[in-house]
Amino acid sequence: MVAESSSSQAISVTLRVWRQAGPDQPGRFVEYPARNLNSNMSFLEMLDVVNDELAVKGGEPIAFDNDCREGICGTCSLVINGKPHGPHRGVATCQTYLRSFHDGDVITVEPFRAKPFPVIKDLIVNRKAFDRIMQAGGFISVRTGSACDANAIPVPKDAADLAMDAAACIGCGACVAACKNASAMLFVGAKVSQLGLLPQGQPERDQRVRAMVKQMDAEGFGSCTNQYECSAVCPKLISHEFIARLNRDYLKAVIRSAFTPISANASSAAG
Amino acid sequence: MAKLESRIPSGPLEQKWTRHKAEIKLVSPANKRKYEIIVVGAGLAGSSAAATLAELGYPVKCFVFHDSPRRAHSIAAQGGINAAKNYQNDGDSVYRLFYDTIKGGDFRSREANVHRLAEVSANIIDQCAAQGVPFAREYGGLLANRSFGGAQVSRTFYARGQTGQQLLLGAYSALSRMISFGGVRMFTHSEMLDLVVVNGHAKGIIVRDLITGEVTRHAADAVVLATGGYGNVFNLSTNAHNSNATAIWRAYQRGACFANPCFTQIHPTCIPVTGDYQSKLTLMSESLRNDGRIWVPKKKEDCRKNPNDIPEEDRDYYLERMYPAFGNLAPRDISSRAAKKVCDEGRGVGASGLGVYLDFADAIRQIGEAGVRERYGNLFDIYHEITNENAYRVPMRIFPAVHYMMGGLWVDYNLMSNVPGLFVLGEANFSDHGANRLGASALMQGLADGYFVIPYTIADYLATQKPGLRPKPEAAEFQQAEDNVRGIVTRLLAVRGKEPVSHFHKRLGKILWDHCGMARNAAGLKQALQEIPRLREEFWSRGCGVNVPGDGGTLNQSLERAGRVADYLELAELLCRDALERDESCGCHFREEHVDPEGECLRNDEQYAHVAAWEYQGKDRAPLLNKEPLTYESVHLARRNYK
Repeated sequence: MVAESSSSQAISVTLRVWRQAGPDQPGRFVEYPARNLNSNMSFLEMLDVVNDELAVKGGEPIAFDNDCREGICGTCSLVINGKPHGPHRGVATCQTYLRSFHDGDVITVEPFRAKPFPVIKDLIVNRKAFDRIMQAGGFISVRTGSACDANAIPVPKDAADLAMDAAACIGCGACVAACKNASAMLFVGAKVSQLGLLPQGQPERDQRVRAMVKQMDAEGFGSCTNQYECSAVCPKLISHEFIARLNRDYLKAVIRSAFTPISANASSAAG
Repeated sequence: MAKLESRIPSGPLEQKWTRHKAEIKLVSPANKRKYEIIVVGAGLAGSSAAATLAELGYPVKCFVFHDSPRRAHSIAAQGGINAAKNYQNDGDSVYRLFYDTIKGGDFRSREANVHRLAEVSANIIDQCAAQGVPFAREYGGLLANRSFGGAQVSRTFYARGQTGQQLLLGAYSALSRMISFGGVRMFTHSEMLDLVVVNGHAKGIIVRDLITGEVTRHAADAVVLATGGYGNVFNLSTNAHNSNATAIWRAYQRGACFANPCFTQIHPTCIPVTGDYQSKLTLMSESLRNDGRIWVPKKKEDCRKNPNDIPEEDRDYYLERMYPAFGNLAPRDISSRAAKKVCDEGRGVGASGLGVYLDFADAIRQIGEAGVRERYGNLFDIYHEITNENAYRVPMRIFPAVHYMMGGLWVDYNLMSNVPGLFVLGEANFSDHGANRLGASALMQGLADGYFVIPYTIADYLATQKPGLRPKPEAAEFQQAEDNVRGIVTRLLAVRGKEPVSHFHKRLGKILWDHCGMARNAAGLKQALQEIPRLREEFWSRGCGVNVPGDGGTLNQSLERAGRVADYLELAELLCRDALERDESCGCHFREEHVDPEGECLRNDEQYAHVAAWEYQGKDRAPLLNKEPLTYESVHLARRNYK
């Protein structure tokens, strides 16, 4: 097939890739040449090509996570030249193209590094801690079939729009990888803010924020010291203002809980 | 021959579902906890089903090959979800949504299923809004709508260009809640590689842990497959890299019939192919056709010019010209063929000549660049990232690409396959979209199946199964299935060939695209039916076929892909066989031999108003064709007209 873009040109780079056989194995950088590639190729397509060459030569392909390859599923990770998701603002690794690099570049490729995200193999890390935080309270309890008519509860447009800004989070974990404390506050703040901005999220608002923060701490994520690297690398440009919202919500919830009378008849069931 | 009982309830169309719900069997709350249900897949259909079944009290085990249930490919759906709410007061109704969907499918879907889909569509929006899905709203705080192809009303609900993501995260939150309550046990990085059938009933699955390579057996009283579509059989499609057919293909080999496998949706608005290294194609949402106008130059010699320099009178807005009633919102199959037609005439744009313009200049004049950005900003961003072009300044270039499979495992009205106890939901089944799916109806179907259909209909089966009598994983059938899985892994590793998996996948994709793509004919299909088995033989040929490095006892992505491509090499043959057998044109299935004088599809209702349900007969034997006649009680089979 014919190349579509007239500006495509050949590019050759050297990859310095982190190889690690398993969680408890030592890792190291290995260099691989990637020659004569089309500059319109995506970064992951380059890894496909390198892997195919490796496999045929009897080597072991580089393990890396990916799926949708259009920046929405949050599966791909990679720290490219020190930046989670590569050089460009507001895109995931899978939307990074070789035209962002120069011929002859040496490109360092590492996994997301954070204690709560242990390496599974090579560039793949375990991000189940995020799922457990969601399970702790990242939901509105509504049994299927018990909802009222969708227009029965109007939601002001600005609240809905802001909730959508927060909800755009793809759960990739770049925020954690970029943070020197491996803080997950942008991830948690985004979900807490989305649900807290909507009228449907009010009944469980205090309980939700406390449960999610508790789980976040239990997983070993660090605290936020307001450097905002998280927002800077977020492929969806989720604003650090949601961290402020999380802090406010958490503080309010904790204070309120100190003054909330507990009903003698309250059920002990959660959620 | 398989027994295909559609179990369509009697009575008037609009009362069937209500009556069915009142008449089917129930399982008491005390007994629900004695059954175990396996759900495979956690996209819209799988996660909504797993969450809802667990809410009802059934113990559920949910399996995904992803690292998290939030990653399923439903997340990539952009434009929206249809519902017959009539919030716009523009004349919409359950009947209209039903009729648009039946007509959109070119009268090759099951009437009763489609009507049910339209009925429950409104509940889906209620459920999702209550979960905190941030749908687009008007200034008064009420829900906003837009239009999608094949409809003359505005019934599509949306969350910017990320509707699938938001609906999936809603279902994922419901699933997460049930995981935290212990109602669902979640198995990630777990790929189903076989179905276990005991005494003719689906009673379990065999799973490979993608990290450790461990193969395990899981027994259940019923198995629900919600494993999505098989568009990646074409290699290049808008599907995620890992979306695959393996679960449904292995179920097919265990006796589940595969219905209408050739019905392939080729979506008109995708970013054109740029090179042979390409791993996937990216969709530009159909919602863009609300405001974008599609055109090509009238004159071939203008094709290489800067589009902004081509004057209005030299542009051919061909959809508006050919289909004035629906214009740029003509259904997907029709829009795709029209794009192919103008490109075949030599009027395609871009370096490859395989592209048409999607132009927003008029919309920007009307509502301003900010207005366009608010509606479609993220799509313009995606387009810019991929093509390095600013679509606010120059028109987008788009071309059709494989997007969705209407075909899938055959199911009855209860969504149960012909293997009792095996249920199939969402894109993995065949039932609701006929020969062409309308935009914004895949999300609707996935969630309808998971939230509002399976929770009722699964009881109708379970009530016939004594609680506590499910087979033990030690049973001989489990052993046999596990041996089968281990055998496949061993054989793939033993080929020790010379070519990477991608080599075979690309070649297979090209055969299918050339002969079983937007236009098909008997000669081409017969040729494909010769080429595919040859390619398959090559793939498996020791020493020179596929190269799968590593072993089966660790994380091995080459092995995962090789297994999937091995299945595509078989499935592709069934696609072509089905396309050859269906000697008519309908919806997406355009047989060049059957064209009306205006160049449109010429259906043959007398001979082909049926579901073609293929039944596996063994490795080296041709599959058997079963036919479920499609009887229409309420709608009149009409020629599809969008002019």
